[in-house]
Order: sequence, then structure tokens, then C-alpha cells
Amino acid sequence: MKLLIKNGTIVNPKAGKSFVGSILVENGKITKIAKGDLTADGAETVNAAGMIVTPGLIDLHVHFRDPGFEEKEDILTGLEAAAAGGFTAVCTMPNTSPACDNIGTIEYQTKKAAKQGNGVRLYPIAAASKGLKGETMAPIGELKEGGAIAISDDGKPITDSSLLQRVMQYASSFGLMYVSHSEDTYLSKGGQMNESYFSTLYGMQGIPAVGEALSVARECLMAQYLGLPVHICHVSTKMSLDLIAYFKAQGVKVTAETAPHYLSLTDEAVGSYDTNTKVNPPLRSEEDRQALIAAVKSGLIDAIATDHAPHHERDKNVEFNTAPSGMVGLETAVPLVYKLVHDKQITIERFVELFTAGYGIFGLEGGVLTEGGRADITLIDPEYQWTIDKNMFRSKSRNTPFHGFHVKGAVFRTIAGGKTVFTRAY
Amino acid sequence: MKHLLGIENLNRDQIMHILETAVSFEEINQRQIKKVPTLKGLSVINFFAEPSTRTRMSFEVAEKRLSADSYNIAVSGSAITKGETLSDTALNLQAMAPDCLIIRHAVSGTPHMLAQIMDCSIINAGDGFHEHPTQALLDAYTIQKKKGRLDGLKVALMGDIAHSRVARSNIHLLTKTGSHVTVAGPATMIPKDIKKLGVEVTYDPKEAVKDADIVMMLRIQEERESGLMYPDRREYAKFFCLDEKLLSYAKPDATVMHPGPANRGVEIDDNIMDGDRSVILEQVANGVAVRMAVLYLLLGGSNS
Ligand SMILES: [Zn+2]
Repeated sequence: MKLLIKNGTIVNPKAGKSFVGSILVENGKITKIAKGDLTADGAETVNAAGMIVTPGLIDLHVHFRDPGFEEKEDILTGLEAAAAGGFTAVCTMPNTSPACDNIGTIEYQTKKAAKQGNGVRLYPIAAASKGLKGETMAPIGELKEGGAIAISDDGKPITDSSLLQRVMQYASSFGLMYVSHSEDTYLSKGGQMNESYFSTLYGMQGIPAVGEALSVARECLMAQYLGLPVHICHVSTKMSLDLIAYFKAQGVKVTAETAPHYLSLTDEAVGSYDTNTKVNPPLRSEEDRQALIAAVKSGLIDAIATDHAPHHERDKNVEFNTAPSGMVGLETAVPLVYKLVHDKQITIERFVELFTAGYGIFGLEGGVLTEGGRADITLIDPEYQWTIDKNMFRSKSRNTPFHGFHVKGAVFRTIAGGKTVFTRAY
Repeated sequence: MKHLLGIENLNRDQIMHILETAVSFEEINQRQIKKVPTLKGLSVINFFAEPSTRTRMSFEVAEKRLSADSYNIAVSGSAITKGETLSDTALNLQAMAPDCLIIRHAVSGTPHMLAQIMDCSIINAGDGFHEHPTQALLDAYTIQKKKGRLDGLKVALMGDIAHSRVARSNIHLLTKTGSHVTVAGPATMIPKDIKKLGVEVTYDPKEAVKDADIVMMLRIQEERESGLMYPDRREYAKFFCLDEKLLSYAKPDATVMHPGPANRGVEIDDNIMDGDRSVILEQVANGVAVRMAVLYLLLGGSNS
């Protein structure tokens, strides 16, 4: 099986400058990358004129709800949504039911993805503590054997600093990094949205920015003390960014991600009382949003992750305080972040770095197009204008605040292991 | 105007129109037979998903005096306690074709959610700590009666501003009509960036009350999920209770208000509450007239 991608702008920042060229794919591998034209007998040809051809994107923070909450999402629909979003690899968070804190669950997930999935790679981030309870360590060594690429309790952050220390140390002996959802749960208790003028105006219990920063500081200090790396999830505030900048300057091996919604929306959006604007961490202030854009630009933020958090419409169609936090993100990430390219905030190369940095952070194969390498390729049509329609999602869930948004830029085709796993029908 | 969800999105003219309309209804409340056929044949549902005596009664009295058919749902007797979602309850109520739903709910934004689901008029009778528009309107009506105006007044608003829907609605209303509002309380009770709503902030009650025309006290809240906002009632009373001494800083003819239910001896001293500058019971009386006006304006009435 051969596939020839022609006339596209190949944006492959790890390998060098972007150029217009062709890529030949054979038997799941890239066999030739060339400037200008290529010919190949019997190959399916994709005319990528006007398109951006990039290494397959990775989303390092998704929730696939399988096992346990399959009506929100399952591994197969999650992988379909990933493909539609341009992702050829995803890292799944452990808050399933049962939690991904045991060998049975992690093997169920990896096997289901490998055997029944569409070819998009699934990498589990396993639980750091048993039952995500923050009390005792999960069997991290065994989880690594089962395919864990990192450990995290994500939405149930570890409050016990002694446990945090042991988890980071113990995991390091198996080569795994701790991934932190940074939140001081005392400060966020009862909170519904960012604490700001808007929480005052809307009459909502606030979640102060300092709560995230306190936790970021603790994780970074621990990483510094132990000489270990740490990854900070979904950074949402300027305070956290300032701390990350400080620790990076100190030589601490800290990496950080943010999500498209923190770059696109602010806490003002909660005034609709639309529960799809409820997310954790919450949408923050315009000042935070601007700081995040600057950090995405400068490299202080290493990666974009969607924090794809599907919820059934039924779960969201309730009073604001009762609604669960989270929004789906896989199928809207590329156009939302591509806006920064159109707005000349970031280059196309930086865009690709942000969406492929996850491979490097977790030491996974990918993130670069090379001859002989795995054919994970994403084609993006940067000029295509469309309206986000939640009813078109491959995801089982529809919980997005971006329904009806007019965007420019779309995933045109996603190729995972040489196989086309998504094509956009214009 | 179809719904009354809050004061924030009303303009000054709309506010004044409601208050003017209330004048004629106050007159009805002073008659021997306090009932008019204005809303005959219209159905109003009182849905109080949070305990309320005063507001619920006040709405019910207003509805009955306008001859509307009124129905009460208490949450303990409703399907909500049997696990039905609020939106399903709303759709079921909608199926019975009411003309108006009065909603009190502990979660901010719930009336707005219902306004999207249901076809009838929605009146917010208090949502979380967001808004309580009819309370602000009756307070304004009371102030207007007492002072003859709603502009140029110095208003001290004291207590747990952060968790008070009464505070928010009153701030919106009084700033729109041109009065000067100062909020006061310990810093834990002053929400972030409240100055942007056009008020002054002080932690010193004396400073807030100084030369005030209106002293409006708020109820001290019970312990919340996020913890208590003050050490204990005794300490709160020592520094923030409106007593003779504190009130002496206000103008001699200052009017004292409280939306109730009051904690006697905590935020307000008994002799102030029962004293001649207190209009707390007049507020309650005016509440009926103001709610009649709101119902009349939203539901069209027979002669409009
Ligand atoms: Zn998280």
C-alpha cells in the first residue's frame, strides 16, 4: 500500500526548515521525503497544495471514560475523535471506573486500542495512588509493564506532600514521570469559576488563581529537591507561568501544557450560565489568557493538550453547581489554536512544536517526519473556514462551549501508521 | 419585558416604571377588600427550591390579590427529591402551561436556565448569591417612599456582601438610579473587584455609616462549604453589629433596612431593629405591592 502526498508545505521543525515537497508512504513507514515533486507507481495520491503537512499530532491529556463511563466516551470513539482532530497519539488519564491503577484495567485499555482501534496510538497515564485516593501508591512498576507512560492522579491532586515525594521517587526508579494537575483543593472547594470580577458579578463561588500557583510551586520545588522532572498539566494562570519560568531558569526539568480553551475564552463566558463553560481549572481572566498566549509563543509553555473531558448532555443539563467540569476538545483544538497563527502570534512551526512536544516530554516515538520512520502525518488546511458543529463530532459527547464558532483552519486528513484514519469531507 | 431575572440587565427607566406601577397596587393593599381581578385566569407557580417564608408568602399574597391561580411546589414534596432533574421538572411544569414561574434556587443562574427551557415568564426570587431582583425593587420602593428619591443618597450596605444576592441586586439598582453605595464588612466578606460595580469599599463600619441616608444590613450566613467567613458570632457582633453607637455616625434621619430574616444581636441590635428608624416591616409590606406590579407588568394584566 502506497500513499503519495504532494505539493504540501512540509512543516517538520525538528528536521529543519519548512518547504513545499512530497512524502511517500509505504507499508506504514515514510520511505521518501523530497523537496518538490515525487512520483510513485500505484500510489494513492493526495494533492496537498495549500496544505500544511506535519508530523502526526499528540494530545497528552485526554479522558476516554473507558471502562466505566462508556456512555460519555469509549476508547474507540475517543480514538475516532482524536483522528478527526488531527491526532495520531493520545495520552489517557486514569480516572476511569475502575481507575487505571491496576494491571487489568491498563491492559484492557491498551489491548482494546490496539486490537479494535483505528490506528491512533493510545498511551495510558496511570494512577499515582490506589483508587486515585491520594493515600497509598499504586503499583507503579507493574503499571509501567502494562504500558503506562507516566503517572498522575489528575483531577484528584495529591494533597499529602509526603505521598507526592514518594510517588515521584518511586516512579523515577521505573523511568516514569509524575504529571501534576495543580490545584489546592482547599481553595477550590465549592468553587464554580475563576475568582474575579466576573464571579462577583455572576454570584458564583470563585476558584482563586493562587490555588493553582501554590500547587505548581510545590510540585516544582519537589522536582528541584529530588532532581526529577515534573510535567504540569493545563496551566491556566499567569501566576503559574511566572513560577514555571522561575523554575525553568533554575534548571528544574519542568514542562508545561495549556489547553486551547484557556487561549480562546475567559471567565466572562461563564455569564451565559452554560454548564459547558465549566471546566477545571476554570476559564481565567483576560490577563491570564494574554499571558498564556505569550508563553505559548515564547516556549515557556511546551505543549498544547486538550484535556478532552466528555460528559453526556444529561450530566451537563443541570444546575451549574451540579454539573461536572470539563469540555470535549479533540475536534476543536487545531482550529482554535491555529487562530494564533492567523493572528501572527505564533509561526506555523511553533504551532507544530506545540502539538508534537508531547512525544518528547514522555519519550515516545514521533513528532518528526523522517525517512524510515512511522508514517504518522497530519494534513491541515489553514485557510478552510467552517463553523464548529457539535453534532458532527466523532466523540460520543457534545459538551463544548465552541458550538457555532466560526473558525479558519481545519484538519484535512490524518494518517496513522500509514493508514488514513480521517479525511474531511468538504 | 418577559422575564425578571435580575436588576443587572434593567435600565433606570424600567426600574422606575416598576416602582411607579407599584404605587397603585399599594393602594389596593390598603383597601378593605384587597383583591382585584387583574390576573384572573392566569396561573402562577411558586417553585421554592430553598427555604423561604417571607418571599414565598409575599409572592403568594401578591398573586392572590391579583386573582391569579397560584400553585406552590416545595422541594421536599417534589420530584426533585425522587431524582428527577430540574430540567425535566421544568418541562413537566411547562406541559401544564403556566403563565409564570417564580423560582428560588440555591444555584446562581438557575432562573436563566429555566428561562431557556420554558415558555412562560420567569421571575427570579433569588438565585444563589447572584440576584434577588424583587427584593432590590421593594427596597428601592421603600427608600423612595421614605426619602422621596433614589438618586444622590448615601447608602451603607453591610455584612456578607460576597454571599449575598440582595447585595448584588441592590448595588445594581442603586448605582443605576444615581445613589452612592459603600459596602462594608470584614475583608472575607467583600468579593473580588466589587469596586468595578461602582461601589466604595471599607472594612470599617463607622466609615461606611458616616453621613449615610440609608443603612442596609445583611444577614450573616451560616457556615459554607468553603468555611466560615468570621471567627464566631460574638466576635462579629463586637465589630460589625449595627447598634446605637454605630448608627450615631449616620445622618440623624437615617433609615435602617434589613431584608430579613435577621439575626438579632449579631448583625443588628434589637433596639435598632425595633426602633423608629427601622423600616424592616414596611419593607415586607411594600414587597407585596412591588411583586404585584412585577406580575402585572410581566403577565400583561387584563387591561393592558
Ligand atoms: Zn486535570
